[in-house]
Amino acid sequence: MADYRNMWDDLGMDLEKHDLLCEALPDAFHEVYISQQDRPEGMDYYDFVVAEIHGVRPAELVEHRKKGGKVFGTFCVYVPDEIIFAAGAIATGLCGGSQFWVPGGEKVLPANTCPLIKASVGARLDKTCPFFRLADIYIGETTCDGKKKAWEILSEDVPVYVMDLPQMKREKDIAAWTEEIKLFLNKVEEVTGTKVTPEALAENIKLIARKRKALERLYNTRKNSPVPISGRDALLITQIAFYDDPERFSSKTNELCDELDKRIAEGNGVFPADAPRIMITGTPMAIPNWKLHHIVETCGAPVVVEETCTGVRYFENSVDETGTTLDEQIQALAKRYMKVNCACFTPNEGRVDDILRLVKEYKVDGVIDCNLQFCGLYSTESYLVQQALKKAGIPVMHLETDYSEQDSEQIRTRVQAFLEMLGD
Amino acid sequence: MLVAGIDIGSMSTKAVIFNGQRLFKTIAPTGWSPRQAAHQVYGRLLNQSGYTEEQIDYLIATGYGRVSIDFADRVVTEITCHARGAAYLSPGTDLVIDIGGQDSKVIRINDEGQVLDFAMNDKCAAGTGRFLQVIANALGVDVSDLAALSKGQTPLALNSMCTVFAESEVIGLLTQGKDKGAIIAGLHQSIARRIASMAQRMGASNRVTFTGGVAINEGVQASLEEQLGVPVQVPKDCQLAGAIGAALIARDFNSRA
Repeated sequence: MADYRNMWDDLGMDLEKHDLLCEALPDAFHEVYISQQDRPEGMDYYDFVVAEIHGVRPAELVEHRKKGGKVFGTFCVYVPDEIIFAAGAIATGLCGGSQFWVPGGEKVLPANTCPLIKASVGARLDKTCPFFRLADIYIGETTCDGKKKAWEILSEDVPVYVMDLPQMKREKDIAAWTEEIKLFLNKVEEVTGTKVTPEALAENIKLIARKRKALERLYNTRKNSPVPISGRDALLITQIAFYDDPERFSSKTNELCDELDKRIAEGNGVFPADAPRIMITGTPMAIPNWKLHHIVETCGAPVVVEETCTGVRYFENSVDETGTTLDEQIQALAKRYMKVNCACFTPNEGRVDDILRLVKEYKVDGVIDCNLQFCGLYSTESYLVQQALKKAGIPVMHLETDYSEQDSEQIRTRVQAFLEMLGD
Repeated sequence: MLVAGIDIGSMSTKAVIFNGQRLFKTIAPTGWSPRQAAHQVYGRLLNQSGYTEEQIDYLIATGYGRVSIDFADRVVTEITCHARGAAYLSPGTDLVIDIGGQDSKVIRINDEGQVLDFAMNDKCAAGTGRFLQVIANALGVDVSDLAALSKGQTPLALNSMCTVFAESEVIGLLTQGKDKGAIIAGLHQSIARRIASMAQRMGASNRVTFTGGVAINEGVQASLEEQLGVPVQVPKDCQLAGAIGAALIARDFNSRA
């Protein structure tokens, strides 16, 4: 990474500790990405983003703030980025995906809680991530218990605005979520000092829609056999989508898809056509969590789709753009976002329907349902997910893991046994 | 057709040669070097059986140390191998419970010995052969004496979930003058409860087979039957189920080649 020490220092980061992370990341990235054969040339852009991960984009955010712009840190796909951008601000995804940040979180959080939450809190409190320093305000949500209470602790260190996401999806809940988005819009206007107009909102609904379409196009290429791009690469692209400039990201991803279309036409794949095609479903995988994808794919099976928030949940379903008033637009946003099927909702049959549909669309041979350790929501929901898949005759395996390397071999044994079950 | 299977476990290494009619087998402690153990055990078995290495058409390695040897034709997980071995040793079985040195697993299988579903505990030594070894040590007895000592005894429940803390607890109980046999019976019950709860998640069965080194312990066998409420089959070569399965799978690959 080029030298951004001055910028990091200005952001109040712990340079010494941060250096440790900077030292470790290139090796990890090499092992998972550079070691792959025949990656599409279009991956160069995303490799560059990772190589300069704490440099290039943060520098852009610093410039934005110098001109008076605001940065909103988000942690969840339910938060409507469209509103943030419509007020001239920038939304940046802040989830933590590395074990490096976990000990920092464990200073204030119980050990027996989600690694993603621990890493996110640790990244802020240990001052080891520029994005976590750059956000003027964090947007939290009442998704899971772990997060709900973590916001209370984080808000001692940084302003946090919590959105009240409903628990159910009845008419009254969609109405409540619509109200929540209105309140959120008011907050965004307050923080930015900018009024959100219907024109600006319409423009930015289109901006985010373009990003979603680009990702949809990428994932569609993975429906082919042989698959033209690895699951590891698709995951990386999706992770970068959370914080890269939306217009640039859409453009680069479409360029990559042009290249993938050529590969598909030539029958050029990165895995043999007869390799077992795997779906991963469950909890999200924040950058740089590549652990499970790496294990599955180095066992010889491509991950062809993810039913996770760092997967199809991020881009499926579009916002109805026919509304012209703010009220209509906000209602459209509420409706679209409520279609995301996270386990924090009850019931969550929509997720089972999605999984079964995706198995067909992506010609999946086996499903791995994986949740982060201590996630009560997804681990409990796994019972119904497995039941439905077994009933449909689709092989499924459940895993629970964290960010550490300690259980990698045990996970690998289970994955290998599962692949052996799918037959050679 | 001459095939072989080697199961390199955390505590013992098992090797099997199958010539279509007869199974040649041997077991030895793994010690500190899985690679060395595999070489030695395989070498010994070749001697015993009168075959040479070149005569073996296909060799499959399995178990904890499977990736540490370089002379296998293929590597297959112990889950798949145990399923196959148990189906051979115990025809008609549909649920395999395997407790080894360092892990335990429950495998649901079909008539062909193929894996339909599985669950593993390989993150914690409690409930494995290691647990028995640690406690036997603390009691000053040999692992092979545990079953006899526990016979007819009312189990003295252990509170500790962790092997290390259980060891301390056992020493404490001995100091209080509690009976060794009762403590051992409590130990067996503790293992059986743990594995039974894992087994119950795999669905009910009355055709259960128990494999692995710990299956040799009749006390654990009896406790397991009590917890599951059904009889449990322990085939004569229960400890070799993995190596036998590996050899049978080697035969499949060899016929395809």
